[in-house]
Amino acid sequence: MSVPVGHYQYDRIDRDFLQARIAEFEGQVKRRLDGTLSEDEFKPLRLMNGLYLQLHAYMLRVAIPYGILDSRQLRKLGEIARRYDRDYGHFTTRQNIQFNWIRLEDTPDILRELAEVDMHAIQTSGNCIRNVTSDEYAGAAADELVDPRVHAEVLRQWSTLHPEFTFLPRKFKIAISGSPNDRVAARFHDIGILARPGEDGAPVFRIFVGGGLGRTPVIGEELFDSVREEHLLATLEAILRVYNAHGRRDNIYKARIKILVQAIGVEAYREAVEAELGQMELDRYRLTPEAVAAIRARFAVPLLEAPDDADAVLTQQRRDDPLFDRWVRSNTHVHRDPGHIIATISLKPAGGIPGDATSAQIGRLADLADAYSFGEIRITHLQNVVLGHVRKDRLRDLWLGLSEVGLAEANIGLIGDIVACPGLDYCALANARSIPIAQKLGARFADTALQAEIGALRINISGCINACGHHHAGHIGLLGVDKRGEEFFQLTVGGRAENGAALGTILGAALPEDETVDAIARLVDCYLGLRESGETFLETLTRLGHEPFREAAYEAV
Amino acid sequence: MKLFEFGERTAQVHDVLVTVEELAERDDARAVLLESADDPALLRPYLNRLDLVVLRFPIFRDGRGFTQARELREYLRFSGEIRAEGHILPDQAAFLRRCGVDSVVLPKNGNGDPDLWEKQLRQFPVAYQRSVLSELPVGPGLRVEEAS
Repeated sequence: MSVPVGHYQYDRIDRDFLQARIAEFEGQVKRRLDGTLSEDEFKPLRLMNGLYLQLHAYMLRVAIPYGILDSRQLRKLGEIARRYDRDYGHFTTRQNIQFNWIRLEDTPDILRELAEVDMHAIQTSGNCIRNVTSDEYAGAAADELVDPRVHAEVLRQWSTLHPEFTFLPRKFKIAISGSPNDRVAARFHDIGILARPGEDGAPVFRIFVGGGLGRTPVIGEELFDSVREEHLLATLEAILRVYNAHGRRDNIYKARIKILVQAIGVEAYREAVEAELGQMELDRYRLTPEAVAAIRARFAVPLLEAPDDADAVLTQQRRDDPLFDRWVRSNTHVHRDPGHIIATISLKPAGGIPGDATSAQIGRLADLADAYSFGEIRITHLQNVVLGHVRKDRLRDLWLGLSEVGLAEANIGLIGDIVACPGLDYCALANARSIPIAQKLGARFADTALQAEIGALRINISGCINACGHHHAGHIGLLGVDKRGEEFFQLTVGGRAENGAALGTILGAALPEDETVDAIARLVDCYLGLRESGETFLETLTRLGHEPFREAAYEAV
Repeated sequence: MKLFEFGERTAQVHDVLVTVEELAERDDARAVLLESADDPALLRPYLNRLDLVVLRFPIFRDGRGFTQARELREYLRFSGEIRAEGHILPDQAAFLRRCGVDSVVLPKNGNGDPDLWEKQLRQFPVAYQRSVLSELPVGPGLRVEEAS
């Protein structure tokens, strides 16, 4: 089998490891059924293998390390959706996929099927280091300084069944980017890592710590500006060791690293990490250039060849077809190779469920990836799909292919590109249903010409204060709250996860679902009326403050 | 009390097991009990006379003991026996061992079956990160297996 473009190629030893993990899990299920493991003991063990008990059924969350998979793997996910779920899967904000209608007794079989294509559900939940996320344009974007995938794979390996950090106070999320344009929300992670080239050619890493959303949203603070590659793992070990020893374990809502960093201050945290590093046997943790090179060699590099007129062909096609042109405007990004382009496929059809894909769509995406992008697929933390290396002169053919299966929505980064958690339709924690209001908003702004006119505007919806829909980071954020048994939504504005990360602030009192949709429509109208030429929603908001938007949103209430 | 040994050191039996606070007054104590909130660095003045450090897990989800074991081995160069007791699961056997633990007090319920502990120690052929054990790379990348 050829080496996949975009992710690490497993060998026999990696596959044996996966089989051992499945056998271990099967044994745990058996011990739960015969009573030697109590439910309290079994729960963290099954969570560490991605298996949740939701409102109506088990949910299995499958890991997609740094969001990248190949067409063979994607087809397998489609098959699993068809055979074991209700014919669809849901892509998550951690670049994973989850299946919401799983039977416990099917899980070992599903895990075995996943292992056939080198996939698993390891550490997609539980109080351990979770699936490492990265830039969806990694290795392709023109603005990238360092391809973060090799180090994301280093982190994946290092964190897999880590002997010391598998029973942490709480879950632990790491993101890594290699672009000056933060596309991973680095400052909303327990650890956010930004890679850039160092003087000797090896990358250096800027490390943020203690960011996160959830009940206590916090913007991560810089712990170190320039960690050398050889000390990357030692530094992460030291950060986690301080957290494992001192993070709170008495209250799960106070147990994330952000609470510890806030409690002692980032300076004290840095001193504690440096004290650890001063005692550690650094040689033991050294990330050698040889190890990095060996992992890098397991990634295939796409052979980027395009005809000289590829760009001219695309330009002409855009001129000839305004609909195609609109899609190219919103759904593509500049590739490092002038003959190629990065295409983002929206999983946010108007009125649809954000992040859901049917098995037929999943299969079609795999075919299109084979035909147009070296068989490589990326899942974004905004619940869309990216084909990273599309020849410019073939982009229109791809778009036509996507249109056939309802995947040509031109709304990436626009108001229809809504991020929502599963909400009360699935989740036992939720106060409100996130999906119906996402569908109503999607339908209200279904006109893609209107979306393009509105411009860059992100809506994030969470069904409860655990904030899985990242509402604090939305330009407009919606938080589901329960008011005497009724579902209401609280509106925040001004959040952003990209460069200049900020938390949204509350606009006013929570509203019922339909009134919320109307209020957002008025808020958007208000922006369109007040903006100056070329101003985005966030820029107008920054210039004018909340007041005009508050008045517009609540005028009829 | 049934002990299970991981293989590095033979488990020792001590009649006198004291807390960290008691160590200063008990010159005869060769074994100490660390609670999960105790800082292992407090043992530094006594390491030469200690044969055994027992780490107590109040609940298996409290992972502080893993860090304590590594600190004892890596920072304090403790070469005596480290034992885990309390609420621990066989599923944690390899983690404990790779952090420097030598033996466990087997739980008195279904989790105390020594066969489960033995099986778990041999569950995985490789690991993806270095531990305190003597290990060799199994390339490419970060993988290691135990030196035999």
